[in-house]
Amino acid sequence: MPAVSMTVNGKPVSGDVEARTLLVQFLRENLRLTGTHVGCDTSQCGACVVHVDGIAAKSCTTLALQCEGASITTIEGLAEPGGPLHPMQEAFRENHGLQCGYCTPGMIMAALDIVRRNGNELDEHTIREQLDGNICRCTGYHNIVKAIAAGAKAMGQDGGARQAAE
Amino acid sequence: MSATGIGAAVRRKEDFRFITGKGQFTDDVTRPGETRAVFVRSPHAHATIKSIDTTEAKAMPGVLAVLTGADLATDKIGNLICGWMIHSKDGTPMKMAPHPALASGKVNHVGDAVAVVVAATQAQGRDAAEKVKVEYEALASVTDPAKAKSALQIHDIAPNNTIYEWSLGDSKATEAAFARAKHVTRLDIVNNRLAPNAIEPRAALAEYDAGNDQLTLWNTSQNPHVARLVIAAFVGMAPEHKLRVIAPDVGGGFGSKIFIYPEEVVCLWAARKIQRPVKWTCERGEAFLCDAHGRDHVTHAELALDEHGKILALRAHTIANLGAYMSTFSSSVPTYLYATLLSGQYDIPQIYCEVDAVYTNTVPVDAYRGAGRPEATFVVERLVEVAARETGLDPVELRKRNFIKSFPHQTPVIMAYDGGDYGASLKKAMEIADVKGFGKRRRESARRGKLRGLGYSTYIEACGIAPSQAVGSLGAGVGLWESAEVRVNPTGSVEVLTGSHAHGQGHETTFSQLVSERLGIPFENVSIVHGDTDKVQFGMGTYGSRSGAVGMSAIVKALDKIEAKAKKVASHMLEAAEGDIEFKDGKFTVAGTDKSAAWADVSLNAYIAHKFSGQDLEPGLKETSFYDPTNFTFPAGCHICEIEVDPETGKSEIMKWTAVDDFGTIINPMIVEGQVHGGIAQGVGQAMLEGVVYDGNGQLVTGSMMDYTMPRAHDLPSFNIGVTETKAPSNPLGMKGCGEAGAIAAPAAVMNAITDAIGTEQLAMPATANAVWSALQRTKPPQAAMPPQAA
Repeated sequence: MPAVSMTVNGKPVSGDVEARTLLVQFLRENLRLTGTHVGCDTSQCGACVVHVDGIAAKSCTTLALQCEGASITTIEGLAEPGGPLHPMQEAFRENHGLQCGYCTPGMIMAALDIVRRNGNELDEHTIREQLDGNICRCTGYHNIVKAIAAGAKAMGQDGGARQAAE
Repeated sequence: MSATGIGAAVRRKEDFRFITGKGQFTDDVTRPGETRAVFVRSPHAHATIKSIDTTEAKAMPGVLAVLTGADLATDKIGNLICGWMIHSKDGTPMKMAPHPALASGKVNHVGDAVAVVVAATQAQGRDAAEKVKVEYEALASVTDPAKAKSALQIHDIAPNNTIYEWSLGDSKATEAAFARAKHVTRLDIVNNRLAPNAIEPRAALAEYDAGNDQLTLWNTSQNPHVARLVIAAFVGMAPEHKLRVIAPDVGGGFGSKIFIYPEEVVCLWAARKIQRPVKWTCERGEAFLCDAHGRDHVTHAELALDEHGKILALRAHTIANLGAYMSTFSSSVPTYLYATLLSGQYDIPQIYCEVDAVYTNTVPVDAYRGAGRPEATFVVERLVEVAARETGLDPVELRKRNFIKSFPHQTPVIMAYDGGDYGASLKKAMEIADVKGFGKRRRESARRGKLRGLGYSTYIEACGIAPSQAVGSLGAGVGLWESAEVRVNPTGSVEVLTGSHAHGQGHETTFSQLVSERLGIPFENVSIVHGDTDKVQFGMGTYGSRSGAVGMSAIVKALDKIEAKAKKVASHMLEAAEGDIEFKDGKFTVAGTDKSAAWADVSLNAYIAHKFSGQDLEPGLKETSFYDPTNFTFPAGCHICEIEVDPETGKSEIMKWTAVDDFGTIINPMIVEGQVHGGIAQGVGQAMLEGVVYDGNGQLVTGSMMDYTMPRAHDLPSFNIGVTETKAPSNPLGMKGCGEAGAIAAPAAVMNAITDAIGTEQLAMPATANAVWSALQRTKPPQAAMPPQAA
């Protein structure tokens, strides 16, 4: 089996994987990082969104081998254990932006990419359009939209330090 | 109101684990030596199985077993069942066909499981599954419920593919009322078939402990105790006390995870056979083929009115598609959860409903958010709206003339409504929606070449599904009470074990709020335990908006007992008569004195038992309650949808959504609003986007999220939410339930709005841009012909 090496949440990792192994399988099964979820298998729902070299990607349709040498951030990598939550995580909690919690990691990772591309002042229309790749069945999106707007704003106020650290 | 008590918008306890990726969903659980199950499924809608050759598959790398329906029969694993008996008009029982967990001799829908491969890895399992050779002989199939009776018979037990022909109400009296009518409104309605699509796919992990002959199942279940009961008592997998079912974090259910499915039965059976843990995690494409679908009714409905716009009677004939097999609660959905709600919010003297339930070569159909009540509301609210348009009455005025205004109110279809104020929710919704300004907004739209419409849905639902005696008399195979156990620890912290199950509803928060308020202890000092048959003795689970009204009422009853016992302990500590002990804000005091004992001291004393004799009072502080309410609850309200249609493209855009609901007592308004948002989204999805499509050969066309349109953020607006409140008299907290309201109310509001905009009633759900554009081509320019809206 081919070997693959990458950096995940700041730590170097490697493993032998079948060539057909998906990034999400490598994260969940090899590394036991089970915060990244699979919801649809067809790149529609976005429960599997992680960051590959700082850019959002759907890990259910990315091969692990494609990520050789890449730097991956998953939901587990947003906040230090015992440390403060990332402002976007905090915004989802504060605005009740989640119910069952299954789509949530992908939503948060996608939200950060929306901020990366569109800045910290996001209007409702922009958020709704940009959230096209993520499906939530519980919330009707109302509070997710509020959470992303609030999280984006808080990231701006939080200074660039945290964003730069990613 | 305290910061964490009843009525406070407390942030949720469960959120931390989900926003940090630390949730524990079934697929996140792993066991040493775990293997993977992969199912071989029928590509045919209807076929006989000529042969199954597993030889090559068994020789594939990593394969531990390949099992078929024949092996299941050899091991005497029983069939899955439907647990609600419905009798036909002629008194004959419903025709429940055998439903083996792996097909036996014949497949009856695309996706019917034929064999299972158990292998060391998922990839090996999939490779081997492709090597299982099944020879089929295809048979004619049917997927349209309206054509089922004349199609090739699917099950020996059910001639004409008919499961039951059921009725409710007085047909002769209804006929007489129609004969007196000044106006009759008639509608043909298709309630479109939906795929529930909780974002967490179903999963099962089974482990066998040979040393103790004990099976454990981790399962994506809304009701693990009922799963254990059915798998033990009916499937015969293992005695009930030798089977533990754990439903850990569950990623949404919406009804689809209530049912007992073939895959979890097969995982348990296989785990014992190969003596290793067996996991199955459904893929989305597979979920479309094997998770129970919802709705799928074909209905002709009629409403009779007198010359004053007073409703005289309603009658409906519905054909309900139950799919290829009868799922766990399927029979109750188009009967007692549907026809009993056909009175809506209205005083209708006579109602008669006939329901024919049929088998087709489709995935089984069962409860999906609202279950029967959305179908009923759609019939009633479309009839009322169209009747208003046909008679030239304002739709608001027609509703007001017919609202039930005094309670209790006995409808002609079983339900006894115990309270509500339908005029109040309508009035408040009209204010929030600014109905007064609608005419101006419509003219403004017209100037831009757009068509604007306004649609109402004044809905009612029966929730808090219980009481046991009532549902038992209607055919339910189980009681529908709920249990609670309150354990007070020696340090005064509290664990509540509940038979309710949360899969997004936030019970860990709301149930803690109740305990915090009642015992005067910090919210953080309460833990809610659920979803494990080894921890919670029994429970009925969560569906039918029942966890507040029934589940929390059980906790209240157990807390009553806790308080009574704690007062006895305090009376010994404070050397006072038990009757003189008062309990308030977490403190026990002797009336009229300054003598007091804190909650934690009393808790400790209950356990150290130094201050009282064990003969007088048992040590410890733990109480249990099984609570069975006296009636259903009746949440009701008014949703108003304002929509704008582009006649050039048929695309509709929701401009404003207003919901005013009466849920009785609200524990956490933030969580309740979230439930309403999600329900509306699913209702809008049904009305505008979603629909399961089968082709003429019974192949599922909408087999992935690329083909089946799930509502996305840009399909929906932000919602304007308001509440009115009348207490439910049937439970101690006065709660009614909020989980299904949006999905029940929304489809009629959307369709009433779009048909108002385009000026034709000939439009079926989902009202896609194509459907709306096509409807517009069939009609004349609408605006001039429209009746005036509420001013």
